[in-house]
Amino acid sequence: MTQAAIAVRQLTKKYDEGESGTLALRGIDLDVHPGELLMLVGPSGSGKTTLLSIMGCILTASSGSVRIAGREVVGLNEKQLPALRLEHIGFVFQGFNLFPTLTAGENVELMLDLKGVSAARAKSRAQELLAQVGLGQKYASFPADLSGGQKQRVAIARALAGDPGIILADEPTAALDSQTGRTVMEMMSDLAHKRGRAVVIVTHDSRVLGFADRIVKIEDGAVAQLDNVPAVHPELLAQIPQASMGLAQ
Amino acid sequence: MPPLAQRNLFHDKVRLTVTLTGIVFSVVLIVVQLGLFLGFTTATSNLIDHSNADLWITSKNVPYVEQGVAFSERKLNQVRAVPGVEDAQKLIARWTQWKRHDGGQDSVQIVGINVDAQFERPWNLVEGRVEDLKSPDAVILDELYKQKLGVTRVGELFEINGHRARVVGFTRGIRSFTTSPYVFTTFKNAQDYTGLHEDQTMFILVKVAPGADWRQIRTDILANVKDVDVYTKAQFSHMTTFYWMFTTGAGVAVLIAAVLGLVVGFVVVAQTIYATTVDHIREFGTLKAMGAPNSYVYKVIMKQAAISAVIGYVLGMIVSVFVVHGSQKGGAAILMPFPMAVGMFFLTLTMCIGAALVSINKVTRIDPAMVFKG
Repeated sequence: MTQAAIAVRQLTKKYDEGESGTLALRGIDLDVHPGELLMLVGPSGSGKTTLLSIMGCILTASSGSVRIAGREVVGLNEKQLPALRLEHIGFVFQGFNLFPTLTAGENVELMLDLKGVSAARAKSRAQELLAQVGLGQKYASFPADLSGGQKQRVAIARALAGDPGIILADEPTAALDSQTGRTVMEMMSDLAHKRGRAVVIVTHDSRVLGFADRIVKIEDGAVAQLDNVPAVHPELLAQIPQASMGLAQ
Repeated sequence: MPPLAQRNLFHDKVRLTVTLTGIVFSVVLIVVQLGLFLGFTTATSNLIDHSNADLWITSKNVPYVEQGVAFSERKLNQVRAVPGVEDAQKLIARWTQWKRHDGGQDSVQIVGINVDAQFERPWNLVEGRVEDLKSPDAVILDELYKQKLGVTRVGELFEINGHRARVVGFTRGIRSFTTSPYVFTTFKNAQDYTGLHEDQTMFILVKVAPGADWRQIRTDILANVKDVDVYTKAQFSHMTTFYWMFTTGAGVAVLIAAVLGLVVGFVVVAQTIYATTVDHIREFGTLKAMGAPNSYVYKVIMKQAAISAVIGYVLGMIVSVFVVHGSQKGGAAILMPFPMAVGMFFLTLTMCIGAALVSINKVTRIDPAMVFKG
């Protein structure tokens, strides 16, 4: 088996240290492999986004181990984490988080600029990436002139621009209609299955669960048992015959 | 780097206008106040700075040129006898009353000179010649004060302290710091106009012989001539300037106004750039989440500040040039030498970048996790 892109062991996260602190994550164990699309589901406040944030080296763990591409990140200081994110992780956000004053092409170029790519090379690479997500003709369009689905595809192109091994997405289809959401999920699936990325998606959207290779339910800061999943999402089994559900190994 | 800084700056035109207005106001205010300070400084010591003398001899304890005390002109010969003195001349600088044709009177400062000696002569003549002062009752004054003194043309007759005065020429740009304009005339006429006795003078100007040590000359004069003080031109100029600019508080007032201009500019720029930063906080958070180091984010903010500074400086200087130009015909000249204009650019840049530090502090503390909050 290939090395896990993300390996989490006994991860805990406590907000406001001390007796009155809140334990957001309790002893999470989880692996995500290249080529895998994993979905994190669970009720609001269960710790899904906290887990995603720690995987993305945006939040730091209180204890435990998190290895990104084989490198331990718990204990790294604030100056080391941005470089790690830039190297290994691409993000897709619920609200797209595009820069409204930059064109679609410039939004993608921004990531390339962060990676130190020259302006000319960044421009041509941005054009390629937008073409790959079907928006080659929207290079000069501003986000305000794009539909929700188009914005999310620009965001995906931007996430890919850094050539990361890991894509983390927080509710990427929440603001989209069914058809558009499906289009976006097909791209996310391609990223995992055809481009070999490790893709982790936090979602409340039951429409997209069928794209997952694995679904992990987080409840009260811990990985829940499998048999609780149908109880929370009773329509799941009918919609996703090909998905396998399993806990982390 | 994609043009994030420029786009953010120009995206909100109202806010940009506020920012630029603050910078322009600051630039113009600082230029005007510093220009006034320079203008005042120049005007206070004009007479001394344009003299061709190396040393000024005054009565004891005279603090500035307008406060001269009359002393015996016999001291002139004592001064001339000191080794190393190439030449020495008497000079009068004293207030008196000028009577206009309408009967009204104005205070003027009579400057009585030896026309042939070339120690102190009116400069920048635009009408008439210095030599015309040798004609009877001749006076030369600056065109700036024509209206004040009721003068319209060369040849007009007026009365100074009961004596006749005939205007023979006009200068341009010889301003007095006080409201009393300089009126140049011969030494003899000046004694009459100011009520001095014919054996009195107010100052003695000294030209040091080439190669002579002015310090030794000074020592010798003080040893041989009683009840006088001896200053270099620079020293006496500085004393006069210091008195008018700082002892009276006039200079401090304009400098304080200049500092206020800087503070206003700083506050306006800090507030607007901060507001812009807060408006775009989510973007900065996204940048950090994407892996941008803090320095990259700082660069965006600094670039916004620098662009604002450049545009604001250019606009501010355009306005300042008009103001400076317009002041030339007024009683108080605003000076803007080229080094000051260059210095203003760097001051404006520093002000804007300094103001941006407030925003830098804000973005440094952004929690990238905020990008996950829908």
